[in-house]
Amino acid sequence: MTTMAAYQVSHLDALEAESIFVLREVVAEMERPVLLFSGGKDSIVMLWLAQKAFAPANIPFPVLHVDTGHNFPEVLAYRDQRVAELGLQLLVASVPEALASGLVRESADGMRNRIQTPVLLAAVEQHRFDALFGGARRDEEKARAKERVFSFRDEFGQWDPKNQRPELWSLYNGRHQPGESIRAFPLSNWTELDVWHYIARERIEAPSIYYAHEREVIERDGMLYAVNEFVRPRAGEERFKARVRYRTVGDASCTAAVRSDADTVAKVIEEVAATRITERGATRGDDRVSEAAMEDRKREGYF
Amino acid sequence: MTTETTAEVGAEAAFARPMDLLRFATAGSVDDGKSTLIGRLLYDTRSLFTDQLAAVEAVSAARGDEYTNLALLTDGLRAEREQGITIDVAYRYFATPRRKFIIADTPGHIQYTRNMVTGASTADLALILVDARKGLVEQSRRHAFLCSLLRVPHLVLCVNKMDLVDWSREVYEKIADEFTAFAAKLDAPDLTVVPVSALHGDNIVSRSEQMPWYEGPSLLHHLERVHIASDRNLVDVRFPVQYVIRPQSTTVTDYRGYAGQVASGVLKPDDEVMVLPSGFTSRIAAVETADGPVPEAFPPMSVTVRLTDEIDISRGDMICRPNNAPAVAQDIEAMVCWMDETRPLQLGGRYVIKHTTRSARAILRGLHYRLDINSLHRDESAGELKLNEIGRVRFRTMVPLLVDEYRRNRTTGGFVIIDETTNRTVGAGMIVEAG
Repeated sequence: MTTMAAYQVSHLDALEAESIFVLREVVAEMERPVLLFSGGKDSIVMLWLAQKAFAPANIPFPVLHVDTGHNFPEVLAYRDQRVAELGLQLLVASVPEALASGLVRESADGMRNRIQTPVLLAAVEQHRFDALFGGARRDEEKARAKERVFSFRDEFGQWDPKNQRPELWSLYNGRHQPGESIRAFPLSNWTELDVWHYIARERIEAPSIYYAHEREVIERDGMLYAVNEFVRPRAGEERFKARVRYRTVGDASCTAAVRSDADTVAKVIEEVAATRITERGATRGDDRVSEAAMEDRKREGYF
Repeated sequence: MTTETTAEVGAEAAFARPMDLLRFATAGSVDDGKSTLIGRLLYDTRSLFTDQLAAVEAVSAARGDEYTNLALLTDGLRAEREQGITIDVAYRYFATPRRKFIIADTPGHIQYTRNMVTGASTADLALILVDARKGLVEQSRRHAFLCSLLRVPHLVLCVNKMDLVDWSREVYEKIADEFTAFAAKLDAPDLTVVPVSALHGDNIVSRSEQMPWYEGPSLLHHLERVHIASDRNLVDVRFPVQYVIRPQSTTVTDYRGYAGQVASGVLKPDDEVMVLPSGFTSRIAAVETADGPVPEAFPPMSVTVRLTDEIDISRGDMICRPNNAPAVAQDIEAMVCWMDETRPLQLGGRYVIKHTTRSARAILRGLHYRLDINSLHRDESAGELKLNEIGRVRFRTMVPLLVDEYRRNRTTGGFVIIDETTNRTVGAGMIVEAG
């Protein structure tokens, strides 16, 4: 706890308390919860809070990684280390396997963001999960600004933004029919800066790609993409070395880096506090497709 | 492993100055300039990002708007942008070095009451806007009434568009006086009135030079400093048990902890407590968090309480003090706001009430009156409550609820009503008395 005046708590303590309440509420009321874990900073913080919510008992649910096959190796290593430390059950919903079995087909632009959704929904159906914890925050994107903490999904996993359940006080309604489910967002009220302040305060280890490092990149659509097996330079694109870090971790083929010298948490906080571009605007090719790209993906059952 | 670059150097400095958190709800109709005001607050606190602004400018230009329509910042859904309306409560975030703010931005027209009630339920403060040229309108009174119904502790009336009335002190004072008189009738809480021009930024972040006659704080100054710590109820110990932690582990044995979020009061080790509905008493052995034991717990902390005696406690039970306990009640008198468009609230209707961590089946046994929220007239002949209507009702629950009056405790006095057949949340209730 951060010390404040008598009987006051800091904003981070208030956010932590609210998130822990949400995590416990889901476990108390739902049959088969699972936590969506990508190795990104939000899911890292969510997992940290889950550990706190049920201590000294273990986290009472498995984690699910939707693996697009386009991974940053540092993030996969981090995932495996964290899962081992906490003794968690890790489930992987694999896009490459779904491609091989014909469940989904590669999209024309090669981005796998959209085809993750059927893979996620198939895993939900297979394991009969009725609650999925996601690390989404309302400050990220304008469709998310209107989403509930307990977000109801129909039997097709779809979100109906015009027909959401009113959410008052801290009374969350998770009732559903078999086949329907709830997406629960414990970090709804956190901002990018809150997440970093919390990572600093709690001394949470994050994957190295969040901190400034040298990397071979190309510039595409005004963003810097790492050159790797998924992103090859096209005609006219030049490779060069730059000092960069990632603000978000997503599919390695559509997540861009930003120029940065921030190689410590404190410097990242300074940088995030000063930045004038949203994290998704700066780094996500997938959200640039249209004004409502996120809303459309969410309707189909995306995180 | 991949990194050692975690929080070592300088991390302390990065969060050296703790901020607290203020949640506020905004209310006003489209033309009052609410979106402009929010846009201004976000912009002037550097919480608005250039890509967000660029996107809004591009859409505005494409639609042929004459100026950048800041409403587009909060209208996130496709249908909202296409139809130029706001459908739902949007949450917005900004921070100053003193405070983090969460705005529940509620739309002015469509399903107005439902959204306003939702936004106000968690708000420490409500901000109501009026257009200085128009003065108080029916809607302003309705906003104020809903804030008082939901017991939002602080109210701010922003008299906007002062630039369009020549920064007139007279206009401002007339509106302020009229509103103050109305608010007094509502048993309204702490009220502050600020003359502003959201468009030009007058009295938003800093004091306006256009209105030297106004001696109060700017809006942001007030938001940053309004005293909210004493709004919390630190007197009545109420700890709704949310979850029982019992590790199935070989290293931690015989551990039994009651997890939950403190609704009100202060819990300390060695305090004598009573558990409802059983009525058994015990003492607090420890108040714990994952980071270790704490000397005391108070709202809004999420903690785990251990007791000195082994008694049967489960989710939905309430830990309180033997000499200060909530009512154990099956007959619940409440004000209800109905939120369902498909079916009205009807006498004899069967529902599920969710109250703290406890749910109970319930039947509507009485509908005393429907309240006209414009005139505050009570219609005692009303047979049902439709969408956005408010009334005084009585429920009978199948199992007892552990309740306080809403005016004394917003957490143990509020409940939601769920339709058993559709599982939808169809209403919100505020307990008036429990028998």
